[in-house]
Amino acid sequence: MIITATVSRTADREATGSSGDQSKPVQKMEFAELIKTPRVDGVVLHRPFMPTVEGTLCLTGHHLILSSRQDSIEELWLLHSNIDSIEKRFVGSLGTIVVKCKDLRVIQLDIPGMEECLNIASSIEALSTLDSITLMYPFFHRPMFEVIEDGWNLFLPEEFFKDIESSTDEWRLSSVNKDFSVCPTYPALVIVPKAVDDDTLCKVATFRHGGRFPVLSYYHKKNGMVMMRAGQPLTGTNGRRCKEDEKLINATLRVGKRGYIIDTRTIGVAQQAKARGGGFEQEANYPQWRRIHKAIERSNILQESLIKLVEACNDQSQNMDRWLSKLEASNWQTHVKEILTTACLAAQCIDREGASVLVHGTEGSDSTLQVTSLAQIILDPGCRTIRGFQALVEREWLQAGHPFQQRCVQSAFSNSKPRWEAPVFLLFLDCVWQILHQFPCSFQFNEHFLVLLFEHAYASQFGTFLGNSPAERVKLKLPQKTVSLWSWVNRPQEMERYLNPLYEANSLVIWPSVAPQSLLLWEGVFLRWKRSSKCLDEAFEEMVHIIECNKELQSKVNALRRQLAQLETGDGLLGTP
Amino acid sequence: MEYITTPKVEQVKLLDRYTPKKPAIGTLYLTTTHLIYVETASETRKETWILHHHIATVEKLALTPAGCPLLIHCKNFRVAHFVLPRERDCQDVFQSLLKLSQPAKYEELYAFLYNPKQDENDRRIGWGAVNLKMEFERMGLPNDLWELTDLNKNYGICSTYPAELAVPKAASNPTIVGSSKFRSRGRFPVLSYFHKENSAAICRCSQPLSGFSARCVEDEQMLQAISKANPKSSYMYVVDTRPKLNAMANRAAGKGYENEDHYSNIRFQFVGIENIHVMRSSLQKLVEVCAVKSPTMSDYLTGLENSGWLRHIKAIMDAGIFLVKAVTEENASVLVHCSDGWDRTAQVCSLAAVLLDPYYRTMKGLMVLIEKEWISMGHKFTQRCGHLEGEPKEVSPVFTQFVECLWHLMEQYPCAFEFNERYLTEIHDHVYACQFGNFIGNCEKERLEMKLQEKTYNIWPFLLEKIQQFTNPLYKGLFYIDVLKPNTLPFNFKLWCGMYNRFDNGMHPKQSVLDYLLTLTRQKIEDEEKVESLQKRLAAVDGLPERGCSDNVSGGQASPVSAAPLSFTGNEAVDIFSHTNGTEENSKASLAT
Repeated sequence: MIITATVSRTADREATGSSGDQSKPVQKMEFAELIKTPRVDGVVLHRPFMPTVEGTLCLTGHHLILSSRQDSIEELWLLHSNIDSIEKRFVGSLGTIVVKCKDLRVIQLDIPGMEECLNIASSIEALSTLDSITLMYPFFHRPMFEVIEDGWNLFLPEEFFKDIESSTDEWRLSSVNKDFSVCPTYPALVIVPKAVDDDTLCKVATFRHGGRFPVLSYYHKKNGMVMMRAGQPLTGTNGRRCKEDEKLINATLRVGKRGYIIDTRTIGVAQQAKARGGGFEQEANYPQWRRIHKAIERSNILQESLIKLVEACNDQSQNMDRWLSKLEASNWQTHVKEILTTACLAAQCIDREGASVLVHGTEGSDSTLQVTSLAQIILDPGCRTIRGFQALVEREWLQAGHPFQQRCVQSAFSNSKPRWEAPVFLLFLDCVWQILHQFPCSFQFNEHFLVLLFEHAYASQFGTFLGNSPAERVKLKLPQKTVSLWSWVNRPQEMERYLNPLYEANSLVIWPSVAPQSLLLWEGVFLRWKRSSKCLDEAFEEMVHIIECNKELQSKVNALRRQLAQLETGDGLLGTP
Repeated sequence: MEYITTPKVEQVKLLDRYTPKKPAIGTLYLTTTHLIYVETASETRKETWILHHHIATVEKLALTPAGCPLLIHCKNFRVAHFVLPRERDCQDVFQSLLKLSQPAKYEELYAFLYNPKQDENDRRIGWGAVNLKMEFERMGLPNDLWELTDLNKNYGICSTYPAELAVPKAASNPTIVGSSKFRSRGRFPVLSYFHKENSAAICRCSQPLSGFSARCVEDEQMLQAISKANPKSSYMYVVDTRPKLNAMANRAAGKGYENEDHYSNIRFQFVGIENIHVMRSSLQKLVEVCAVKSPTMSDYLTGLENSGWLRHIKAIMDAGIFLVKAVTEENASVLVHCSDGWDRTAQVCSLAAVLLDPYYRTMKGLMVLIEKEWISMGHKFTQRCGHLEGEPKEVSPVFTQFVECLWHLMEQYPCAFEFNERYLTEIHDHVYACQFGNFIGNCEKERLEMKLQEKTYNIWPFLLEKIQQFTNPLYKGLFYIDVLKPNTLPFNFKLWCGMYNRFDNGMHPKQSVLDYLLTLTRQKIEDEEKVESLQKRLAAVDGLPERGCSDNVSGGQASPVSAAPLSFTGNEAVDIFSHTNGTEENSKASLAT
């Protein structure tokens, strides 16, 4: 496939550009061969909860644009990468394309002319499934804002380690993986026990899935306990063992203390893994550790679950039983409950039992990260701030090698048989939302921030979620060639939208309830395009208004007090010679 | 008193669902009105009070090594699991509670004992808190089309209707009397709600005694009169809230539904709400689902589905919306009935009123609505709530369902209601508590005979005193939304955890946004007062030097003294706020770093 990038000649499209999208590339790129029909007039757009718009449809290399050329009507700018699948149908010469997006929105385009419609459809299909990462929009997007602080340099492992170093000297920053050869999915710098040298790490890496040797994920300052994560041990059917592995994880235990190994898989699944060279830690070899198995499902099952859930939410049937049975059959809420339960268990071991924890599943880059990151939200108030949460996503997901590119290549409307795609990160966000819902005053950010991360993980103008590992990001030169989501979101005017007006810093551990009654469907994502949010938005605004009013009134009281005090002391001075 | 043989049992365990290994230990007391459990171990001496009338069932379970378990299920969905050390005590308490929870006679209900030491005059005035005559006036009655009639003043035409009713002006007395004879229990069509904006009306009655072919000229005239009382529409709807099959079965018993051929210009519609028995067993299943100890998500969702509860709630909501659409979109009047016209009809008419008229979304408006459509129109509270010993088959959560529909509306329209969720649960509690006279008895006639207005207290003044805690801080007033058009796709309905798992504190959000906003509301009032007083003092201090600067010493002393108490209370509030301010600074600081 040859794709030519040329400077756009569609200057008239520029004239329509009263759009709110600030992300128009400075240099217009055109994927000429893929765009069979660059524009069609008289296209009718149907969007959920918005009036129908008639206008001109334009296809560019990265966007589908529909403009009515009227200032009052918002244009549609849709990233091709946000398109999950399309359906086309014809009534006479009128064609209709139903566009199903990764953010779960479904829009419809009525296109006059069969040929135009077919051309548009095949162009969209091609443009939304580009194979090469470097052709994706983040490589073409130039920010229309001044980058005050570069998000690519905001959350460095060195900084995180400095914080740990301030409370303990039992850990060190190792650069054993500096050329990504020991573990291709780990970052260049990892935190490991001081007592273990780099040679040992290399040996342990050969005993762990994907070379993912145990590394520090979290240090609980309150009692010095830690959470580590790794890939499964490669014990295989003949019960292979690795002294260095045992040494490494034992090095994290205090004298006389026991630790917990949380295997996110059921014992059955873990047993089966042995046949493929994987396995779990044998009690005999790890006498100081107690192993607990949980039941977080593997990624392909999660993907199926998402598809079923979204299908249920899109069902227009009035039948209550049908809805509840589809919701149940999707198993989505079951996954939420299981993941949260496992995270609570890890947090409990650390905070309540005063024990250190090692978490792993199979690869150690999916369910493992769900558990370690959620446990930190429960335990560490810092992770509940907007910066702290960004740092957590950076550390426990991006740096930890969650394969975003593979997992988010398709969403709930995927027609093809799932290969790598899975809503692992979305489930994590859903779990965070559940905790946020139960502790509405303990998070500095609001639900919109979580929805934002969901959207950008699947389709974005920013490079943050591109690639599958730190090594890939270095290779792609993402920090040099793309803009970080954090650079954009951390500007005060943008961040304002994601702040929770109810937030009051809370230094406590927060224990969410995992009773089914306490876990709700995340309406902000799954019902977002299914019902009007007008009244809920008004309620949110009213709440913000009340809080603002109170603050203003309070400062007025304080100002008057000061004024009075000044006058009175002034009087007093005059009166007491 | 004579029912209580063992008024006090010590060393009683109270099991907690979440930490079954660590039960509380305490003393159980029985009084004439309450079961009281006081924890001995805890330093706070935590108390649990259970009103006898709130007890739905009490079960003595098989003896265990730990003692004799006593399981109590309450009508407000509290579940208490006690373990008494001795079997005999348990048996005594069990026997007493059976008697105390469901007395045989009205006079034994709590309301006849309850004495809040209120002035007799205030008590009397309290019964005037809700005046239905004024409510008719508010709706715009009487007018050219509708009038009030006292035809039923001795409850002669219909014993379960109130004395004062609103009927079409065009309906003559013989028409009304004739119609009442053709309606089950004499419950002839009367006005429920008059929509001033377009003169469409919602009326209610019971099923016609039509059997397979019977007809009644007066009844046909009556419906004609209702239809004519709405000049904007040439037709009216007759809504039978029952499933069609149930209505058809009633024909064999000489009852049934209107034949469209016999009535001119009616459009007949079934809306399919199930009967009281189906609802009772549905709630029973729901409660069981909510009480399962640690269910899987799948168990829970399957149980929720199998209970059918949300399906029933949706059916009621859809029926209410059907009425609203008829009234607002077609300008048509609607006549609603079920079998007797006191259960489903009450639900649907009152729900439609809430959807149509913002007034009923205020605290006072809801009181009026409950008095009008439920108490006055003869919803059988005594039977449906099981106040007295009697037929368990007559118990049904009809009113609970109405309250739940309101909660669902509040979830969809958080700014449209003056009251919050607690107002609903409080009213629901009182419907079962029998502490006040309002919900005792089945109809006006019965209540008069019981002399409730002389012997008991009225609930509404009591609730009005607690108005602050029932306020919805997000309420945007009467003009915010006129007619509510809720979305009723199935995914809008969810379990009302705040009702059915209300006493399972562990399940609820650990931080309450409502409480936070209510605190702000209180602080706002305090701050406004502070601003005012500070401004006064400033004016005083400011003014003095100008009047005579040589003589400012006495003036300077005078004003702080007069304002001292205010500034004292002010300082306390400042501490609370300095905390909030600190938070704000934190967030700003982290923004800047």
